[in-house]
Amino acid sequence: MKWSALPLLAARDLRRHLLRTVLTALGIMIGIGAVITMVGLGQGARAEVEEQVNRLGQNVVLVFPGAQQLGGVSIGAGSRNTLTVESAHAIRDEIPEVIAASPEVRSQRQIVYGNRNWHTRVYGQSHDYLQIRQWPLESGEMFTEEHVANGSLVAVIGRTIVQELFEGSDPIGETIRVRGVPLTVIGVLAEKGMSLMGSVQDDIVLVPYSTAFQRISGRSHAMAYNIQVYDERSMEVAQARITDLLRERHRLGPDQENDFTVQTQQEVAEAATETSRVMTFLLASIAAISLFVGGVGIMNVMLVSVSERTREIGLRLSVGARGRDVLSQFLVESVALCLIGGIGGILVGLFATEMIARSAGWPAHFSTDAMILAVSVSGAVGLFFGFYPAWKASRLDPIEALRRE
Amino acid sequence: MALIELTGITRSYRSGKLSVDALRGIDLEIDHGELVAVMGSSGSGKSTLMNIVGCLDRATKGRYRLAGEDVSAHSRDRLASIRNRILGFVFQDFHLLPRTSARENVQIPLLYTEEPLSWNAMGARAEAALESVGLGDRMDHTPAELSGGQQQRVAIARALVTRPSVLLADEPTGNLDTRTTVEVIDMLQALNRDGLTIVMVTHEPEIARAASRIVTLRDGLVRSDRQQEPVAADALFPDLDEEEEELLGEMSAAGGVA
Ligand SMILES: Nc1ncnc2c1ncn2[C@@H]1O[C@H](COP(=O)(O)OP(=O)(O)O)[C@@H](O)[C@H]1O
Ligand SMILES: [Mg+2]
Repeated sequence: MKWSALPLLAARDLRRHLLRTVLTALGIMIGIGAVITMVGLGQGARAEVEEQVNRLGQNVVLVFPGAQQLGGVSIGAGSRNTLTVESAHAIRDEIPEVIAASPEVRSQRQIVYGNRNWHTRVYGQSHDYLQIRQWPLESGEMFTEEHVANGSLVAVIGRTIVQELFEGSDPIGETIRVRGVPLTVIGVLAEKGMSLMGSVQDDIVLVPYSTAFQRISGRSHAMAYNIQVYDERSMEVAQARITDLLRERHRLGPDQENDFTVQTQQEVAEAATETSRVMTFLLASIAAISLFVGGVGIMNVMLVSVSERTREIGLRLSVGARGRDVLSQFLVESVALCLIGGIGGILVGLFATEMIARSAGWPAHFSTDAMILAVSVSGAVGLFFGFYPAWKASRLDPIEALRRE
Repeated sequence: MALIELTGITRSYRSGKLSVDALRGIDLEIDHGELVAVMGSSGSGKSTLMNIVGCLDRATKGRYRLAGEDVSAHSRDRLASIRNRILGFVFQDFHLLPRTSARENVQIPLLYTEEPLSWNAMGARAEAALESVGLGDRMDHTPAELSGGQQQRVAIARALVTRPSVLLADEPTGNLDTRTTVEVIDMLQALNRDGLTIVMVTHEPEIARAASRIVTLRDGLVRSDRQQEPVAADALFPDLDEEEEELLGEMSAAGGVA
């Protein structure tokens, strides 16, 4: 037969029942929308993990007190005081794969400059913290090993602090106060933006951990270790050695569990995007259900269409259409119906992806793969659910079909 | 060699345990260029016979040769191809697709030709067919915009567009008034004069007079089969003009009173 007639026939009949077409395509539209959103979100989350890992530093291992926690960098995990400064030094000095290790102690504090004050996070770290995090300075200097050894009253501050306390003017050499402790600003950090957890990373004050322990936090143990490993291939070995070393130092027997957690930056970031996995599962369910329900709707409408057009089918058969010609006509029509839903679904999906990505602070990801997937899935739904009605039409007896009212 | 050769054709319908013999042994030959009227009372098997001749149905027993080819045992697809190449159908109730222009209705059989035609060729052939039935100025009209006679002429154009050897018409004028019946019969006679073989079912003796041969069925058998001198279409209903004048007279009288 003349194959190029099939799309024309389908277009004409779908246009003739415009409202029915649109309503039927709606189910497929929602299903495909969910597929597109799912793929876009998955890619967005993956890209976000990669970007975070790159931004947080190369080959970084983190140690947290307490057993494995969901969500990685959990605040308040320092409830178990197991991480000592000495252990951090031991990790740095005794494990050959480790280049640097910075014990971390965090606190939320009011800081004052002149008559202005600002609530921020004060981090105690070692002198090589910026090297571990690959975090450049905008101006000034990072504190030195000597500052750390002496518990010097110096600070390196983030861009947000410069804006809020100094209104953008040069803070180097000025003195800020934290709980009455005067700290001399010796450096300003380059701007970083939002972190994985949604906080503004530039809203930070870095001080030597010794200073933090003695004068600011009131704590005696580290809340985390930031550890830099020599290269990527050594990550696993380093993780194992750190675990062994800490178990030994914490005097854990063979039947006792770790009282600390060793994670790579990758694992931390992936844990933080756990929500996107839940969302993906949810969207996959929506997609599956609405594609199925939509497909059943398509089948129903195609059955109605076949029965409404029985006389037309009889006429076509009597002037020489073969069973497969009628089959193709109705299959093309149901596929076209699904493709309309699919195209609508792509638009819905792009919109939903954009909204979710925006609220999660991720870059939105639109890939042609997802579009191709959407088109093939909707086409497949049309073929699958349209087959039975089309087959029924193709098996009609021409005489009976012509006689049908 | 005859164009249509039916030998010992029977057709039984089974519904449950009962079996109805609609045709009980038909022997019939129809030659090129004949205009045959098939007559018989209701239920005598006319439509059943037409369906078999038209390859829409298969005989229970017997042999059917069409244009030298034995089609008795052909598959569904091969019968469809024969319907497309050799046969043209005209039905009592037209069977035009609604909301579809005359041109597109006439094009339908061309969609199913073995060698696909170009869209231009299809359009040209559909237009030529419509012109040959005198509807050159109605190509873009939909069936709802045409009179019954015009609709049946579109259906005839659709049957002719594939240039068939035989035109099969089951009660082609059953839904038409006398005047348009004459029009349609006139057209069939003209086509027959140009060499087209036509088999036409009718239960009206006046219309059968237009044929060159009348085959009468009764209870599924050929009861009589005779040649005759065909009567011209406009002579079939000699009272037509008078009837019409009377009708017009009554109408104007009624109008005058009111
Ligand atoms: N599909 C069918 N099923 C059962 N019986 C049928 C069927 N078609 C026709 N018949 C029977 O076959 C006989 C001939 O019918 P038909 O060929 O339609 O007669 P005609 O066209 O001369 O009026 C009738 O008795 C009719 O009831
Ligand atoms: Mg009949």
